[in-house]
Amino acid sequence: MSEKDTDQGKRQFLVAATTVAGGVAAGAAAVPFVASMMPSERAKAAGAPVEVDVGALAPGERITVEWRGKPVWVVRRTKEMLDTIRGNDGNVADPGSKKPMQPAYAANEFRSIKDEYLVVVGICTHLGCSPVDKFAKQAEAFDPNWQGGFYCPCHGSLFDLAGRVYKNRPAPDNLVVPPHKYLSDTRILIGEESKGA
Amino acid sequence: MADNMKKLKTLIAALLFAPALALAAGADVRLDRAPINENDQASLQRGARHFVNYCLNCHSANYMRYNRLQDIGLTDQQILDNLVFTGVKVGDLMRVAMDQKDAKEWFGAAPPDLTVIARSRASHAGSGADWLYSYLRGFYRDAERPTGWNNTVYPNVGMPHVLWELQGEQVLAERKVQAAGYEKTEHVLKLDKPGKLSAVEYDQMVADLVNYMVFMGEPVRNDRKIIGLFVLLALGLLFVVTYALKKEYWKDVH
Amino acid sequence: MAATPKEPVQFRGAGPLNAPISDALTWVDQRFPLMSLWRDHLSQYYAPKNFNFWYFFGSLAMLVLVIQIVTGIFLVMHYKPSAAEAFASVEYIMRDVPGGWFIRYMHSTGASAFFIVVYLHMFRGLMYGSYRQPRELIWIFGMLIYLCLMAEAFFGYLLPWGQMSFWGAQVIVNLFGAIPVIGSDLVDWIRGDFVVSDATLNRFFAFHVIALPLVLLGLVAAHIMALHEVGSNNPDGVEIKKNKDAQGRPLDGIPFHPYYTVKDIVGVVVFLFLFFLVVFFMPEMGGYFLEFNNFIPADPLKTPPHIAPVWYFTPYYSILRAITEEFMLVLAIGVAAYVVLIWLTARDTRIKLAAAAIGLVVVVLMKGGPLALDAKVWGVAMMGAATLIFFVLPWLDRSPVKSIRYKGTLFRTALTIFVITFIVLGYYGVQTVTPVGTVISQIGTLLYFAFFLLMPWYSVMDKTKPEPDRVTM
Repeated sequence: MSEKDTDQGKRQFLVAATTVAGGVAAGAAAVPFVASMMPSERAKAAGAPVEVDVGALAPGERITVEWRGKPVWVVRRTKEMLDTIRGNDGNVADPGSKKPMQPAYAANEFRSIKDEYLVVVGICTHLGCSPVDKFAKQAEAFDPNWQGGFYCPCHGSLFDLAGRVYKNRPAPDNLVVPPHKYLSDTRILIGEESKGA
Repeated sequence: MADNMKKLKTLIAALLFAPALALAAGADVRLDRAPINENDQASLQRGARHFVNYCLNCHSANYMRYNRLQDIGLTDQQILDNLVFTGVKVGDLMRVAMDQKDAKEWFGAAPPDLTVIARSRASHAGSGADWLYSYLRGFYRDAERPTGWNNTVYPNVGMPHVLWELQGEQVLAERKVQAAGYEKTEHVLKLDKPGKLSAVEYDQMVADLVNYMVFMGEPVRNDRKIIGLFVLLALGLLFVVTYALKKEYWKDVH
Repeated sequence: MAATPKEPVQFRGAGPLNAPISDALTWVDQRFPLMSLWRDHLSQYYAPKNFNFWYFFGSLAMLVLVIQIVTGIFLVMHYKPSAAEAFASVEYIMRDVPGGWFIRYMHSTGASAFFIVVYLHMFRGLMYGSYRQPRELIWIFGMLIYLCLMAEAFFGYLLPWGQMSFWGAQVIVNLFGAIPVIGSDLVDWIRGDFVVSDATLNRFFAFHVIALPLVLLGLVAAHIMALHEVGSNNPDGVEIKKNKDAQGRPLDGIPFHPYYTVKDIVGVVVFLFLFFLVVFFMPEMGGYFLEFNNFIPADPLKTPPHIAPVWYFTPYYSILRAITEEFMLVLAIGVAAYVVLIWLTARDTRIKLAAAAIGLVVVVLMKGGPLALDAKVWGVAMMGAATLIFFVLPWLDRSPVKSIRYKGTLFRTALTIFVITFIVLGYYGVQTVTPVGTVISQIGTLLYFAFFLLMPWYSVMDKTKPEPDRVTM
């Protein structure tokens, strides 16, 4: 075993080559293991798009549907409600819906496809509590100038009737608008969007 | 000593060759080879339709989701339009409406779930596909059975011949054949009353159905072979590198 | 190098470490024996330089253990240990979980691969006398690992809750019913029910995923610690520690790292090639790795027409089935003859008397009319004895040499017959019972035990060749 006639360069190259090749192989082997922790076909089937008929929903009311185990709210907004949203730009953190919390087709003034219907995931963007309705425009303990919207009981985040988050509140982002489309005037499919939308 | 060795060798030979004898003694039903091709998507799609039409009324496939049929080239829309009863979602499992208790009363045993039946019916006599292919073509009229049907592959089976209108009615006939030096009687199936399909068409239909059932038993089968090829190729390359590394280091060892 | 411990650390073949890494190592080393562990078990563990093909299977067994633990953890994330859901949850893993089929096939193939590797590893030990003094404890730890592995495989086999799972567990658990007096209560206690049921499945799950893996890891650690204490044996069976250089390094030894690490990596790659060949192209392996009947959910009312254990248990299963009422007479005669043999050859009178006394008790229990235990009890006892007898092997072999290379025709013949017997017994274990098969299993049972029990005589009578001083390449 003499050190002299060993080619250190060749050895280092081969060690490096083995390390790289073995590392790539190990990385590839890890893929199915990591993938196995993703939602399964069963979870996907359970999270399939949900159809909701809003024909019976009265103006100013809300219904909740379950989609992927989460509450999705559909609120039928009155004319007055839409007016408060219009005048509320100064109070909210992201009035123009610049952050990607909604599909492109809902990145508008009322954050919806049709002005009348708000479709949002009813989960606070702070730490995942479900906010409660405070639709009435009246003085509230948390805001004497309350314009109507949603109040999160966990940490006091506020959202207006377009699901936009108020400034200086724990929640960083607007409520999420899920992908959805209208199958007819009053039937909404939540979880799937029209092609090309 | 030499004598002992001889005895030993005889004993070893006996131990080694005895298995072959024991194997030859075992008599199984002869199964026909199922003429299926797992890459034939048209056949798989026809088979899926037959399965939904003829099997799924009584048998479930409780581990198979409809949308897995994408793997045999169907789109969700095609699945919804052609294969699914109303009210069933494309991601649902292939469940059956029939009450298991009723089924037990009618057939003596609840019809088994068919998701992995093709895998469970394999044996040393043949693949699960061969078994199913022979079984579905092995029904014959038997007045002694409550259903009026019996089967050559699965004697006294509880299931009636669901496909009899297509195949027609077979009867079991005896035939004398010349075997090596003696005459023996064999039972053969004979078509008594023809059905809607010719014998060739019926066999083709059963082959499609069996092809689908094999796919359903392990939908990932084709994928795994493709992935496997890449994995083995990669290991081959890894062998070249690691062997070179080993050789380089072992130059030191004399 | 920045830090210099008492002995200079040598990284042969690697470039010099740069200072930050070296400093960090020193920091750790002052608090944890990292470098000394590295030296003792890898860079300055001297292994004989003449390891051959058979020496791959130790590291491969470690690899399979790791594969089983990792795949097992991921399977547990999706598996449901309940009689109502177990079968469905396995199919859920096979279909609905992304990559689940790959993980499950790795685990099921890994179970069989474990036994293949371990059987070859044991055969290596038998050939080169690796169980001989001073390696008796390595052998005993190894045998404990083997027993633990069998238990692990048995518990794991119930979990898919198919027909073979259910009826296999039913039969094996009922073996304990053969124990006199307490048998039937014991069986109920093991099952936690009057049949194999949800309760049984749940406790088997606990043993399979928690208890036995812990024991297994402990035993593997002990096995390797014992090995590194005395040093590895080699195909020549000569101790490399007898010839050392001026620095106290064995002349015929080479550092495990890098020489055997690079060699074992090649072994690992070849093994994985074969392993994945099975995983991707023949995961059922003709019904031997995944039994066909296990694709039918467990049905407590209907036994499959042909049930056999998984292949790795079948030699012992054959022995179990070979013990019939008529065969008891042969066994009793065998025991009597063995006592006579000891009586005639032993020098110590106490051994003669002890052998005679034990022999008498055994013969009475075998064929002693009203005092005799039935063949079922003896079948279970013989099956147990067939596994346990490996433990005393270090004290049965009295040959002056260790390796088969220098042993004579007698030992070589005995080992050949033993291996053939083991395979033939295994073969008959998967077949349905036939009269021919039973007779062959009975002959096999006698040969199996004769290999061990007659070893003290034939290993001495054997014409051995002289061992060399140094290993041969």
